[in-house]
Amino acid sequence: MPTIRIPTPLRPFTGGATEVAITGATVADAMHDLTAQHPQLQQHLYGADGELRAFVNIFLESEDVRHLQGIATPLPAGARLRIVPSVAGGKRSQRAATQLAAGCC
Amino acid sequence: MIRISSAVDPATLVLSNEEIRRYSRHLIMPEVTLTGQQRLKAASVLCIGTGGLGSPVALYLAAAGVGRIGLVDYDVVESHNLQRQVIHGTAQIGVLKVESARQRLLDLNPDIEVITHNEIFSSANAMQLAQPYDILIDGTDNFPTRYLVNDVCVLLDKPNVYGSIFRFEGQVSVFWAKHGPCYRCLFPAPPPPGLVPSCAEGGVLGVLPGTVGTLQASEAIKLILGIGEPLLGRLLLYDALAMTMEEVKLRKNPDCVICGPHPTVTALIDYEQFCGMPAHDQGAAQTTSSVPELTVQELKAMLDAHRPLHIIDVREPHEWQIVRLEQAKLIPLGDLQAHLSELDSTADHVVLCRSGARSAKAVELLLASGIKRVKNLKGGILAWAREVDTTLPLY
Repeated sequence: MPTIRIPTPLRPFTGGATEVAITGATVADAMHDLTAQHPQLQQHLYGADGELRAFVNIFLESEDVRHLQGIATPLPAGARLRIVPSVAGGKRSQRAATQLAAGCC
Repeated sequence: MIRISSAVDPATLVLSNEEIRRYSRHLIMPEVTLTGQQRLKAASVLCIGTGGLGSPVALYLAAAGVGRIGLVDYDVVESHNLQRQVIHGTAQIGVLKVESARQRLLDLNPDIEVITHNEIFSSANAMQLAQPYDILIDGTDNFPTRYLVNDVCVLLDKPNVYGSIFRFEGQVSVFWAKHGPCYRCLFPAPPPPGLVPSCAEGGVLGVLPGTVGTLQASEAIKLILGIGEPLLGRLLLYDALAMTMEEVKLRKNPDCVICGPHPTVTALIDYEQFCGMPAHDQGAAQTTSSVPELTVQELKAMLDAHRPLHIIDVREPHEWQIVRLEQAKLIPLGDLQAHLSELDSTADHVVLCRSGARSAKAVELLLASGIKRVKNLKGGILAWAREVDTTLPLY
């Protein structure tokens, strides 16, 4: 079964899970299965138009799916997906803006 | 081989006997030698930020003998920096970070030149500041400055040694448009500023920027010496908890607006506008919430007058453990929805968090749920600790 690696900023929406087993023949199916399992991820991964947000980077193994067939990329059995977040922290990380935690209070 | 070309010809630089002794562990390595050490001495690196990442970067570059190190920062050293910003010390609390760092670097290596830029790296000054340097090192903490550093590097054809951290995870890469993708190829658009689940997800393991920053320093030194495989077209993903270092491939985006074949960004832009968020917190409003609020003084007056009041603290339990108001009840923001039925819609409520952003969201939720007599505590428990009860700790 394919798995998807969840980056730290998204783990609050997967109950802390670092990796989620998913089903689906394509990246798109797998992402839908992921949000079906963890509905709180929906607004972080998908825009109001139902499309994956432009800043969500999905890698199949070490390849950006944008350079494969995008979300139509077929998933082999046991494929490892990962979401790579854009993270801004560095200088003063307790106020770090991250993809999902911009401008911490 | 990919190597920067310095404005100064390394072959013209002579190492003193003292320098030869200092760098002897470099000089005896065939990958470095006297020639490499001369390259280091001829090189110049601009560190954007002298915080968690900038500290180890600058320390190791200075120790390695990089001849000219520029430091850009606008902050002063505060005690809560010292958990990870190891270039600064307790005695430097209150001192400008660039000055504190300069003193430490020159103590470490008096043979180098340290140039301080006590200012915000912005579109107005970035090209001018970056121009004299061979390499830029991105150790910033916000999206607008990261896009700015990227664009400066693309426009000036300089490598951008990128590092970024969040809690227990770090990312490292070398972006150099002439040889590979740029930051915008990977992240064409910044995330919208509105997706802010919780402040409790912030924080960083103090040693993490040490690991990531030393990797950045290592990449910078490789670019100066022209040795090894630079982290071009690769993004290193470091997870300190799982103790994994994995890498993914990055490719040039043919539609990249700045490094693609048909660029539409040909000069620096307004990055705060582009990202929809401030690049720094100097003078920036903490929240722009429009929910009803009250000040800590108003809350104190109400408590002193024994006005019946429900105070709800929407922080996380580990924050409650650090500091709390005795009258408050803890309901973390994520649990609030489930506890709505327990609240008395006829009573007055005040909601607080650390500094007021999460509690503003909680007030919105309560108002939308029919609990109308609710106000946000402006500035949160930090304002209370600063202005009302100064015996309380700040965090």
